[in-house]
Amino acid sequence: MINYSIEKEYEGMIDAYQKAGGDRNALLGEGAARLVIHENKVLGQNGVEGIKIETREKETGVDVNLIIEKGAKIPHPVHLCFGVLPKEGLQEIIMKVDAQDNSEVSVIAHCIFPNAVKVIHKMDADIEVGKNARFDYRETHYHGDYGGIEVIPKAKVKVGKGGVYQSSMVISQGFVGKLDYDFEVFCQEEAVAELVVKAYGKGVDDIKVWEKIHLDGAGARGLAKSRLVLGDKAKAEVKGETYGNAPYARGHVDCIELVNGTEAVATAIPVVSVTNDKAKVTHEAAIGSIDKKQVETLMARGLDESEAVDIIVKGILK
Amino acid sequence: MLEIQNLSLNLGGKSIICDLNLHVNKSEIHGVLGKNGTGKSTLAYLIMGVSNYTPTAGRLIFENEDISGLSVSRRAQLGIGLAWQEPARIEGLSVRDYLMLSGKSRGVKQVDDYLSMMGLEPAQYLDRDIDNTLSGGERKRIEMASILAMRPMLAILDEPDSGIDILALPSLLEGIKEMNKQGSSVLLITHNEKVVEMAHRVSVMCAGRILKTGAPEQMNLWFKENCQPCVHVNEPEKEGDKR
Repeated sequence: MINYSIEKEYEGMIDAYQKAGGDRNALLGEGAARLVIHENKVLGQNGVEGIKIETREKETGVDVNLIIEKGAKIPHPVHLCFGVLPKEGLQEIIMKVDAQDNSEVSVIAHCIFPNAVKVIHKMDADIEVGKNARFDYRETHYHGDYGGIEVIPKAKVKVGKGGVYQSSMVISQGFVGKLDYDFEVFCQEEAVAELVVKAYGKGVDDIKVWEKIHLDGAGARGLAKSRLVLGDKAKAEVKGETYGNAPYARGHVDCIELVNGTEAVATAIPVVSVTNDKAKVTHEAAIGSIDKKQVETLMARGLDESEAVDIIVKGILK
Repeated sequence: MLEIQNLSLNLGGKSIICDLNLHVNKSEIHGVLGKNGTGKSTLAYLIMGVSNYTPTAGRLIFENEDISGLSVSRRAQLGIGLAWQEPARIEGLSVRDYLMLSGKSRGVKQVDDYLSMMGLEPAQYLDRDIDNTLSGGERKRIEMASILAMRPMLAILDEPDSGIDILALPSLLEGIKEMNKQGSSVLLITHNEKVVEMAHRVSVMCAGRILKTGAPEQMNLWFKENCQPCVHVNEPEKEGDKR
């Protein structure tokens, strides 16, 4: 009876994963590492050579340890699927990632809350990227049309000498709800960090994005990038901070927010700071409306205005 | 096919288009020849219905329907397409998707063909975005390919040759002929006397008016003799002035 229930839940998550744009087969096959968590239950878990996935279920979520072993180059992406299918719920993921020296892995995460009316999804991540290691994390959310979701992802990331950490988070399907994103990265010598957040706020969505990159080692490089499109009464505040603390550190903050309509509110606060005379950190922040000429270019091919805006927004968030 | 009657546009208190009349026949390549600033692009925007270009007076009749109050989308759906002089760059929209949405139901193979016709290798361009990574000339040629994919009844080409290098010009002109072969009438707006030679008829434009319409060679000659040395550049002709 319990097995049957888990099977049903697993099937429900896989269906939702597919609807959110994920590859169904990636969660069913044995070739790639994967982890499927519904609410506080681990429904599916598969490690492959070079990767260890350890989980511990708790009352309100799951603790996850992801270890990429020293020197392991993982050929296929690791697929993570986190979600809450009922209308209400709380999911807390405490994640520890240890990408050991000279390892390489790409992680594709889908976070699925298609029916959320009162759901909270929290993620606290502690990520270590070792010397010359590469950790690429792409997270896509699917939130449905109710907007009753609160997403609170926080991460502290340390990137060792010559290591690369790339992270992107995209919420373009359904309503964002409430997002409170807070990622902070510390880069050692010659390390690279790239943080990207893309979101399409609608209704009364409330978006807060805080990206911080500390370039502490010589030659470290960082990019804090955000692309937000806001419609209806949505509001967003983006803080992009980059600190050049070592010689030849190079950083850039790149924030674009587009407001479509008269009631949405966008705020951008770029912070650039340098404590070493050989470091250089730049920023660009732009808030504006969707370019009328772009819209009319597409309308001149027969699309109506809303279709044209939709294509432009999807392009920005791609 | 297109009948423009007494069209006028004032912007910021200035007359940009002044009582303009023009007739474009079915299956015709109709050139509009004029110096910079004579109102040629404005005429294109007025026909397409671009925002902030609402006629002060006059009518636009397309296929016996008054389109003066219709949106850009509706005009496109009726069969009017515009290749912009400076086409917009759209981040995240691939060349493939742009051509596909222009052609809607037509297949990928033809999309490939349209790029090839414009001298662009499909494999190198289809997956690129129509953003700032393209040069002005590349973007222009993609714009022309999108008109080929769209197959409008009336293609308005606003200075299609500007920004195109001399080696790419023959394929551009071939593309315009192909549009016409496909059944599109073409309103070919240019200041280039060579380009306008391919038209069936040419109208010379100055100061927001059509001054004269006729065969390309005659109009080229008239343009050389009258417009190029003219002292009334972009100003309405005065009563009694010799043209």
